[in-house]
Amino acid sequence: MAIYLLRRLGLAVITLWLLSVIIFFAGQVLPGDPGRAILGPFAAQSAVINLDRQLGVDRPLITQYWTWISGAVHGDLGISYQYRTPVEPMLVSALANSAKLAVFALILIIPLGILGGVLAALYAGRAVDRIISLSGLSLATVPEFVSGIVVIVIFADGLKLLPASAYPGPGASFGTQLRYLILPVVPLVFEFFGYIARMARAGTIEALESDYARTATLKGLPRPVVIFRHVLRNSLLPTITVIATQVGYLIGGLVVVETLFNYPGVGRLIYNAAMSKDFPMLEAGVLTIGAIYMVATLIADLLNTGLNPRLRTGVAT
Amino acid sequence: MTAIAPAADQGSDDAGQPALRVADLDVTYRVRGQSRLALKNVSFEIGRNESYGLVGESGSGKTTVALALTRYLPRNGRVSGGSIGIDGADPMRMGAHELRELRAHKVSMVYQEPGKALNPSMRVGRQVAEVYEVAGLSKSDAAERAAQMLGKVQIPDPKRVMERYPHELSGGMAQRVVIAMAIAAEPALLILDEPTTALDATVEAEVLDLIASLRAQLNTSVLFISHNLAVIAQMCDRVGVLYAGELVEEGPAAQLFAEPRHPYTVGLLRCIPRRGQRKDHGRLDSIPGFLPEPGHTLPGCIFAPRCPIAEDQCRHAPPPPFTTGERRTSRCYRYQHTADLPRNTPVDVELRAGPEPGTDPVITIRDLSKTFTPTGGPVQALRGVNLAVQRGETLGLVGESGSGKTTLARVLLGLTSPDPGATVEVAGQAIAKDAAHRTRQQLQAMQIVFQNPDSSLNRRHTVRQLISRPLTKLAGLSGPRLRERLMDLVRSVRLEERHLALRPRQLSGGLKQRVAIARAFGGGPAIVVCDEPTSALDVSVQAAILNLLADLQAKEQVTYLFISHDLGLVRYLSDRIVVLYLGRVMEVGPAERVFSGPHHPYTEALLSAVPSLDGTRRSRIRLSGEIPSAADPPSGCVFHTRCPRRLASGICESTEPPLAEAEPGHLISCHIPIDQLASLQGAEAVS
Repeated sequence: MAIYLLRRLGLAVITLWLLSVIIFFAGQVLPGDPGRAILGPFAAQSAVINLDRQLGVDRPLITQYWTWISGAVHGDLGISYQYRTPVEPMLVSALANSAKLAVFALILIIPLGILGGVLAALYAGRAVDRIISLSGLSLATVPEFVSGIVVIVIFADGLKLLPASAYPGPGASFGTQLRYLILPVVPLVFEFFGYIARMARAGTIEALESDYARTATLKGLPRPVVIFRHVLRNSLLPTITVIATQVGYLIGGLVVVETLFNYPGVGRLIYNAAMSKDFPMLEAGVLTIGAIYMVATLIADLLNTGLNPRLRTGVAT
Repeated sequence: MTAIAPAADQGSDDAGQPALRVADLDVTYRVRGQSRLALKNVSFEIGRNESYGLVGESGSGKTTVALALTRYLPRNGRVSGGSIGIDGADPMRMGAHELRELRAHKVSMVYQEPGKALNPSMRVGRQVAEVYEVAGLSKSDAAERAAQMLGKVQIPDPKRVMERYPHELSGGMAQRVVIAMAIAAEPALLILDEPTTALDATVEAEVLDLIASLRAQLNTSVLFISHNLAVIAQMCDRVGVLYAGELVEEGPAAQLFAEPRHPYTVGLLRCIPRRGQRKDHGRLDSIPGFLPEPGHTLPGCIFAPRCPIAEDQCRHAPPPPFTTGERRTSRCYRYQHTADLPRNTPVDVELRAGPEPGTDPVITIRDLSKTFTPTGGPVQALRGVNLAVQRGETLGLVGESGSGKTTLARVLLGLTSPDPGATVEVAGQAIAKDAAHRTRQQLQAMQIVFQNPDSSLNRRHTVRQLISRPLTKLAGLSGPRLRERLMDLVRSVRLEERHLALRPRQLSGGLKQRVAIARAFGGGPAIVVCDEPTSALDVSVQAAILNLLADLQAKEQVTYLFISHDLGLVRYLSDRIVVLYLGRVMEVGPAERVFSGPHHPYTEALLSAVPSLDGTRRSRIRLSGEIPSAADPPSGCVFHTRCPRRLASGICESTEPPLAEAEPGHLISCHIPIDQLASLQGAEAVS
């Protein structure tokens, strides 16, 4: 088990390093230079060159990368080009905001998805199943920026029920923050509901048709006991794993929603950093999301092993 | 039927009511908008404490009967006529609560794969205890009773087993647990649907013994469903034969198997090699044609199209059940003529040259060992195997699962590489260990027929492509010569030209296996490995495949390595037998010598585990426990932990006996001298 964990962590470090290299060099392909991006199109060329020199972006690429990576390894994520302040505190506060959004979304998505999937499985082939499966699939195909704009147009502009922006400003109460987050969460729920429901449905149908479900029914157990104790316990196992993997994907997928709803999370931070070639900020943001993704996947695998007695003993021996 | 309690009269209060009464039962499945009758007019009764066997091939509706009785038909199936009475109550006319009560107290079921019948994420003990919890016991009382019940099904150390998860149990152990759950509520009716089909013969024998002894203790009637006639003959008082959803014959087991009164039953029995029957004694008979298409209705008798004695009458009106004896019925107008039913396959065989004596062996194996090294530590799958097989000879490989049969076959084929030091020679020349390094001639020399033709044939290829491939790749044929050889092969495996354009899924199991055999013979091999070639097939199809293998061998002088768990088949087809245990050769010799004995105690145990159709067993020695792990083989003679004839001197525990010649050509690895084995085993057989 310990060896397995160490190997996974080692792999994660290598993956993150490769990711940092790719982002760095991909970032160079973007047109324009940081000085110009910061000072704007009307600034004098001499001022731009001056700023570039101060930022150190006129140096050879390898040197730039080396400076950054050696700092990052020591825990120094560098200074944002754009804001001229250390990256770290900005990243931390953005992460906190994103986490709020993600957690709120997951609290809605997981029970809805599982409930929908299990219901669809229990009524497989009937109207309930058709409605859940079809709507799940259709909603998932709608891109977030489309569904996001639709809910803004209807609920914020049209009915004026909820704010179109997601961020109530600093120091708002918990209730207010929640109210502001309702609209941004909707596109995320749309995106993930169908997928999770489908996994839950497939797993549940398989378990319902299994011999052990038959054994349980023929023991004379009441149907709810059969379903909760024998069916769901086995059918939701793969679903839980999928959800944990999706958490990583969700955090990465916040870019669109945060930008659309003007929410100061990691997604928007990365988006802005990319636009202004703010390299240290971009690197830090992307690597953070990469790390979260990998941790989520690792947790998914560990959960799967922990919940499945067959794998559990496999690891122990 | 020695082990079974006679169908005794139970308490007088029950006497009027049979445990099960099925009357005119029809079951219909809806498939793609069409109704298909799966069971038609099925009627039978099972008395108190009686054991009733239901036999039939796949597609006959055996399992549908069981599912209908427990009202667990799939959603597209329904009982469309007739009635069921379990202890007088009809599950079809029950509300949800009553149905649950019925399942909890009156009827329970055990099915084929014990591993799947248990919930994989729940401890075994809890699953058994649930039965008692349903009956209203507290959790701790239920656990206590569950432990007692597990003891009753002869599980050693029940408390510890209760803490395990199903995947930590062997197949035999898991089936005991399932049986414990099924009898825990002491149901009026216990349905056993192929309960031992997925188990090894030795484990099967133990489980059958267990069921027989439980029946003697409990007041339970049994419906025993199986495709295996011998198991039914051993376990049941009365038998019903199902064919295409109809009960064609019924009667007391011993009488029915001794004097069948329906042409289908006669045909089925003729498909099985009887004790001592061998390929050179004549072909097995087979049943011509196929089961009628599901949902296809005939105006007359359903068996008429395949029946050699059908008359006009049979094709026009369905026969009613005729009474053919005491408690015997047969749905056949001509039941008096079944005894001299003409054969479908002529009995005469072409004169076989047989293995050519004195010639050099076609395949020689020396010092063959194979050690797998998984994370748990090394596992010796084969150890020190030496063999030589003649041209035209059939070498039967027998042993329980885990004995190394399949590993040996894989090593020969070059799919698994043996430990260093082994040599494999074909026609006197050493060949590469790995199939990838073998020359075309070497690959051509050795081919295989797998157990399951569904997974061994490429689904996307037509039969023509499948059979042509070895002809072009290995035999190097093309153009008219390719076509000539292709047609030649097709004819010799008794396929027809119209099959060539079809894909595997359009063929029945038997036809698919013919394609697989044609494919194996395509390159003109010297050696064909047959790895359980008929175990996925029905009895009537199996006979035709065995005949085909025997004919092909006579014609082409190929050598077979025949692997099967069915000792009857091995005996029928093999010239010599190798008995493997934990990867070691326990015994090797001419088939008749190995079977008739004196033989190794392990061979003796294997043979005595086989149920036979006449319901008798020569000796009743039983292997206790499971085959030990090959990762940690016992000291001395590896068989000593289970050996019923272990010597008191302790030599079996300390020293591994050599594989020594006990009589010419017959080698046994045992410390007991052969004359002593002869007297031990002879004495046992007489008693």
